[in-house]
Amino acid sequence: MSATATATAPDPQPAAPLLRVEDLAVELGHGVAARRVLKGVSFDIPRGSTLALVGESGSGKTTLARTLVGVHRPSSGRILVDGAPLRTSRGRAGAARVQMIAQDPYSSFDPRRTVAQSLAEALDPIRARVGPARARIAELLSQVSLDPDSMDRYPHEFSGGQRQRLAIARALAPRPRFVIADEITSALDLTTQAEILNLLADLRRRLSLTMLFISHDLAVVRHVSDTVAVLLHGDLVELGPTGATFAEPNHPYTARLLASVPGDPRFRLDDEPATSSVDRTRSGFQPADR
Amino acid sequence: MATDAAVRRWRRNPSLLSGAVILGLLLAVALVAPPLLRGAAETLTDGARLGPGAGHLLGTDAFGRDVLARALVATRLTLLMAAAATAASFVVGVAIGALVHLAPGWLRETCLRLVDSAVAFPSLVLALVIAAVLGPGTVSAIVAIAVAGAPGFARLTANLAATVADKDYVLTARLLGVPGLRILGRHVLPNISGPLLVLLSSSFTLSLLDISSLSFVGLGVQNPQYDWGRLLNEALPSIFAQPSVVLAPSIMLIVTGVGAMLLGDGVASLVDPRTRGTAPAPSGTADATGPADPARAPVALQAPGGAGAAADTEPDGLLTVAGLTVRAGARTLVDDVSFTIGAGRIVGLVGESGSGKSTIAMAVAGLLPEGLRVNASRLALGDLDLLGTPPPRRLATEIGIVYQDPIGTFNPALRLGTQLTEVARVHLRTPRRRAAQDMVRALADIHVTEPQRRLRQHPHELSGGMLQRASIASAMTTNPRLLIADEPTTALDVTVQAEVLRQFRRINREHGTAMLFISHDIGVVGELCDTVLVLHGGRVVDRTTGGDLRRGTVTHPYTRALLAATPAAVEAGGTLSAVRWTADAPSAQPSGAPSDDLSDKAADRPPAAEGSR
Repeated sequence: MSATATATAPDPQPAAPLLRVEDLAVELGHGVAARRVLKGVSFDIPRGSTLALVGESGSGKTTLARTLVGVHRPSSGRILVDGAPLRTSRGRAGAARVQMIAQDPYSSFDPRRTVAQSLAEALDPIRARVGPARARIAELLSQVSLDPDSMDRYPHEFSGGQRQRLAIARALAPRPRFVIADEITSALDLTTQAEILNLLADLRRRLSLTMLFISHDLAVVRHVSDTVAVLLHGDLVELGPTGATFAEPNHPYTARLLASVPGDPRFRLDDEPATSSVDRTRSGFQPADR
Repeated sequence: MATDAAVRRWRRNPSLLSGAVILGLLLAVALVAPPLLRGAAETLTDGARLGPGAGHLLGTDAFGRDVLARALVATRLTLLMAAAATAASFVVGVAIGALVHLAPGWLRETCLRLVDSAVAFPSLVLALVIAAVLGPGTVSAIVAIAVAGAPGFARLTANLAATVADKDYVLTARLLGVPGLRILGRHVLPNISGPLLVLLSSSFTLSLLDISSLSFVGLGVQNPQYDWGRLLNEALPSIFAQPSVVLAPSIMLIVTGVGAMLLGDGVASLVDPRTRGTAPAPSGTADATGPADPARAPVALQAPGGAGAAADTEPDGLLTVAGLTVRAGARTLVDDVSFTIGAGRIVGLVGESGSGKSTIAMAVAGLLPEGLRVNASRLALGDLDLLGTPPPRRLATEIGIVYQDPIGTFNPALRLGTQLTEVARVHLRTPRRRAAQDMVRALADIHVTEPQRRLRQHPHELSGGMLQRASIASAMTTNPRLLIADEPTTALDVTVQAEVLRQFRRINREHGTAMLFISHDIGVVGELCDTVLVLHGGRVVDRTTGGDLRRGTVTHPYTRALLAATPAAVEAGGTLSAVRWTADAPSAQPSGAPSDDLSDKAADRPPAAEGSR
C-alpha cells in the first residue's frame, strides 16, 4: 500500500493517502456525442495537504471535481477515500466525506434563504433548523472572519468576497474529511482574492484541511498548495511538489503556462521573432485553441 | 420596527395595494350581499323589465328582480367556484410539475410530453368536453375547469424547477445529503414562487372567465342558482331591448380579473427578498453629499484630482482627457480624471471593480449608456472633439474598440465575415470582396489559423482566443489612431492571454497605434503599458509606468497594496497582503495626498455598502 503511494505521489508520506484517485476516466455525453473528458488520471492527496489542480478551459478540471463529489460517474478507475471506495450515492455519509466550494459566489446560495438557514442546512440536512444551531453557525462565521450578527441577512446583502467566505463556512460545517475548492477566487477582485487565499492558508494551518484546489491561475496555486498537478486535455501531464515544480517544470506545457503569467520573470511580450510570420504561426498556435 | 417596515413595503407596492383593495371589496360584497340583498335579488315582482331608475339602479329583469342585487349576490358563488377550481389546478399542477423531477429520466420525459400535449389542447374546449361528460352542474363545472387548468401549472412548474435545479445551491444541498423532497420544498418551490403566484392570479382570472363561459352556455350553474355567467345567459335574449342588464355582471367580471392580476404582481415582488424594498434607501444620503461638491467645478479643481493631473499633459497628446467627470444620478462614477495618450503610446487603466476604468473608456468612445452625465473641460482625439456629437464616421474609423467578452461581442446568427468587414464596408465604402481579402490578411497577421474558412464560420465555431483575435483584427481594419481595449484578455486562458497581449504589442509597434488598455490585472498592465493610471473610486490615485510596476518600484501606498495582493508578484510561501485601501473621503483631502489611509481590517466594511459596489 505504502509502496504504491510513494510511487504515485512524490511526497514521501508514510500514512495512506486520504484521497486516492486511480486511473480515473470520465466520459460525458452518450453515443456519438460522448467525449472522453478525463483520460486515466491518478493522484494521491495525503491527509492535511493540499493538491492544486491546474488547467486551462476544457482541460477537465471541473469534471474531475464533479466526479469526486458524485455528480458524474467514472467510466473506469477508482476513487478511494481512506482506502474505501467513494460511493456515488449522495447520502449523509457521503456529505460528511467530501464538500465542494463552488466557483460562482452568486449562484451557490439560495437567494430566498438567510445565511443562518443555509448554514443550518449544512449542519442538519434533514430538518435545517436555525434555532438550536445558532451558536455553531456563529462559530462557523467567525471562523471565516465574518460578523456572526450578520447571520440573519440574505445572500444578496453580501459582497462577492463575503459570499465566498460564506461558501467556505458552509463547506466546513459538516466537518468533511476533504474539501474541493473549484476556482473559488476567479470571480473576485485582486484584494478580495488575496483575502480569500490568506483565509484558506489560515484554515489549512488551523484545521489541517485536506483540500483539492482547482484553478486556472498558476500564480494563485503557488500560494495555497503543497503539491501541484497540471491537466492538459484530460491528461495529467505534471505532478510534483509545488515549489520544485514552479522552479523546474518537467513538462513543456507547464513551462509554457508558467511563462504566460504576466508579472512572472519568465513572461516575455517580445521574445518571438517579429518578422517571420510563418514561424510565429507555428509557435504561436495554442493547443488550447482548437 | 417590523410594522413600520411592513407599512413601507405596502406603500412602495402600489399594485399589491390596489389589488388587495379591489379583492377586499369583492370579498366584502360576497360576504354581505347574499344575506342583505337576497330578497331583492330573488323575489318575483310585477315590475318586470324596468329601466334604470331610483328604485332599481340598473333596472329589473324579466321576472321583476333587481339586476344589481342579483349581480352582487352572485359574487359569492362565482368567486367560490373560481377559487376552488384554481386551487385544485394549482395543487395538482404544481405537484405534478415538481415531483416529475424526482422521477427517473424516461418517466419524467413521458410525463412532460403528456403535459405539453395537454397544454396545447384549448382549455375551454377540454372543459366543455369534461362538463358535457359529467353533466351540467356547479361541481362538474369546477372539476372541468380545474382539470383544464392543471397542465399550465404543471408545465410552468416543471420548466422553472428545471432551471433552479441547475443552480449551484441545489447541487450543494444534494452534496450535503438533503433528501429530494426537502430540496423541492426548501429550495426549488420558494425560488419559483414568484412566477407561480403570477400564474396563479392570471389563472384565477381565466378560471373565472371559463366558469362564467360554462354557465353562459348552460353547462355550469343551473337554475335556480345563479352566477355571473348565468346572469349573462339570462340577459342575452333581451340584450337589445334592455342592454343595462348585461352591464352589472360584465363589470363585476372585469373588476375581479383586474384585481386578481394586480394582487398577483404585488405578491410576487413581495415574497422575493431581493426586491422587497432594499433598493432606494441608502444611496441617496451616502453619496449625494460626498463627491458631488468638488465635482461641481471640475476645471477649478483639476490639480487635486489626482497626482498632478495637469502636469503630465504632453503637448503632442493624441488623446486628451481633461477633467472628465461621469455621474449617474447622485453617484459620481468618474471624478475629475485627466490624462493624455501620446501618439503610439500605450496607457493602461488599472483598478478593482467599481473603480470607473471601463466608464472612462466608454466615455472616450462615446458609448456611455443613457442616463449618465459626462462633463469634461476637454475630451478630444487630435482635432476630433469627442464631447459634442462627433461625426459617426470619424468616430468609427479613428477609434477601434476591443471588448472583454469575445463571445458576446459577435452576433451568433451571422457569419464572421459579415461582421468583421462591417466597418470597412459601411464607413470606408470598401467593396465586399476587397474588404474580405483585407480581413483574411489581417486575420493571418494576428495568427488566426485558416483565415479564409473563418470568415464563413459562425462565432460559436471558434475558440475564445480566436474570436478575440478576430475582433482585434476587425478593430484594426480602419487603421484607427486609438485602440481602446476593455479587459480584452480577462475571459481568456493564460497561454492564450499571453499570445493576445503579444498581438497588442505587435500592433503597437508595427502600426504605431495608440492604445487605452483597461485591465484589473496589474501584471498584464505592467507588461504591456508605457504609462499606467491606477484608479480607485473613480479617481486617479497614482500615475506610474509599466516598468515600475514590473520592478515593483512604486511609491504610492495603494499601488503598493495592489502589488502586494498579486499572487504572481509575491514570493511563494509569502503571505499576500490583503489591505483594504480606504480613500473613501476624497473630498476631504483637496490637496490630493491620500497617503496613509491604509486599513488592515480586511472585512470591516458593512456588507450592504460593499455589496452595492
